[in-house]
Amino acid sequence: MVYLPVIKVKNLTKVFNNEIRAVDGINFEINQGEIFGFLGPNGAGKTTTINMLCTLIKPTKGEANICEYSIIKNPEQVRECIGLVFQDPTLDDRLTAKENLELHARLYGVPKSQRKKRINEVLELVELSDRANSIVRTFSGGMKRRLEIARGLIHYPKVLFLDEPTLGLDPQTRKHVWDYILKLKKEFKITIMMTTHYMEEADELCDRVAIIDHGKIIASEEPKKLKDGLGGDTIILDISDKNLEKAKKVFKKAKFFDSQVLLSVKNAGREIKKVLEKAKKNKIEVIEANIRKPTLNDVFLNLTGREIREETAGLREELKRRMMMRGH
Amino acid sequence: MHELEAVYTVWLREMIRYTRDRGRMISSLAMPIFWLLIFGSSIRASVEMNIDYTSFIAPGIIVMSLMFNSIFSGITVIWDRELGFMKEMLVAPISRLSIVAGKALGGATTALVQGTFLIFLILVVKNLSSGYFIALRMDLTVFFLIIPMMVLISLGLVGLGISIASRLDSLENFGLVMNFLIMPMFFLSGALFPINNLPSWIRYVTYLDPVTYGVELLRSILIGFSSINIILSFSAVLIFTCSMLLIGAYLFNKRS
Repeated sequence: MVYLPVIKVKNLTKVFNNEIRAVDGINFEINQGEIFGFLGPNGAGKTTTINMLCTLIKPTKGEANICEYSIIKNPEQVRECIGLVFQDPTLDDRLTAKENLELHARLYGVPKSQRKKRINEVLELVELSDRANSIVRTFSGGMKRRLEIARGLIHYPKVLFLDEPTLGLDPQTRKHVWDYILKLKKEFKITIMMTTHYMEEADELCDRVAIIDHGKIIASEEPKKLKDGLGGDTIILDISDKNLEKAKKVFKKAKFFDSQVLLSVKNAGREIKKVLEKAKKNKIEVIEANIRKPTLNDVFLNLTGREIREETAGLREELKRRMMMRGH
Repeated sequence: MHELEAVYTVWLREMIRYTRDRGRMISSLAMPIFWLLIFGSSIRASVEMNIDYTSFIAPGIIVMSLMFNSIFSGITVIWDRELGFMKEMLVAPISRLSIVAGKALGGATTALVQGTFLIFLILVVKNLSSGYFIALRMDLTVFFLIIPMMVLISLGLVGLGISIASRLDSLENFGLVMNFLIMPMFFLSGALFPINNLPSWIRYVTYLDPVTYGVELLRSILIGFSSINIILSFSAVLIFTCSMLLIGAYLFNKRS
């Protein structure tokens, strides 16, 4: 069976106020059942791209098809086949979890006979069944996020967009959310496009990542291949100073840093044994041996000469809270 | 068919929120009662009219209740935007018009509930004082005539609220709207005084205020006395409501 890509993006561009090129002619395709990560620093154009794909804003130029519907010509059909979890909460916090899900099911035209079943189904998936009738206001940040993921699934979308699904969550809850995302892929074969600026998140979850910077895609590949492209792993041996001269003779290609031997190898896991044996044979005492695998952060650093700055969610939440307080 | 379901869904949410917000319910019922009992009976003691003052302002106070409720309902669009729930509605496979329609009907329903409650309360006061304190006409015909009129007035005012909300960025400017739009609209409407005794310059201003026609319409029905012909005030209210709903829908659509 030949299946078409579920999302096809061609030369998509968004210019704000005639001068800010938030998204600058990007192209990519996402296949069915794939988790595609959009990785980049804040303001790189990730959310703008998602907003265009889910038909919230119109592209300045270019086009995109989702499930073979054009986001420009058939926005309503596109909206029917996608599910969304936004970066900022979009729940009605005066309503109960169940009411929020019920409203969503109605808005997406889920038949009445199926509503109850699906609501229970998604609540179970995110382990919120026991809080179904609690007002959302009383939920923690992690619970709200899980409820939003559940809500995005009620209408059985073919494509799920997750915009920074774990922003501002504690590490434990983040791991939880990752588990749900992987479960969705495995059990429902849903195509997922997610944005993130957490490197390890993209690495752990995504089949392919596109690295975006200043509105342009600068690399698009499997995370492993991107990292392999950097030339492999590093083995770090801590040795005592008295062995340093000896080690310099034995490991001719290595770099030396204080009393550390740094060896560039293709696959550190396989080669570390050989390296250690070589050290033993030459009577070099190894105090500690470490392996460093390249991360996507190294990839980004290599491509742009910068690091992806991790935004502090705390500050963001604080600003938002203040805005709400002023509003009331 | 799905669009009707969508309108119903938006309306349903308004209803759930309304029934859960006891504070809003109680305060919006209490305010008109204060106006009627405290303001009404104090002024009544010192003015001479061919009708008692409390009866005269009762229709005006009902319109005031409709007005605050409906405009507030329209303004909640800003709230939805700040809460994020607006996004949930905007990306759903429904038209923008259904969102506006659901919001408008929701606002009109809450206004209607308050308006009906107020009429009921006025009737209780009327019966308790044997018509001394307040004397409104009320029988089945009047009742079935007044309900659709209240719905019509409310719909127009929700439309106004949605229009304002689409032009405002945050609720911070709500005070401005309150002081420079809602209060003048209420005071100039003839809710509290007969407009045909006014100096001519201010009388013309009251003719420009759409709320005037709503007040005069209810006054014609409830006390059978009015400064403006009932056909004229009904037509004015109808035109106001239709145009406000159209403008509201247009501005809302443009904004999102």
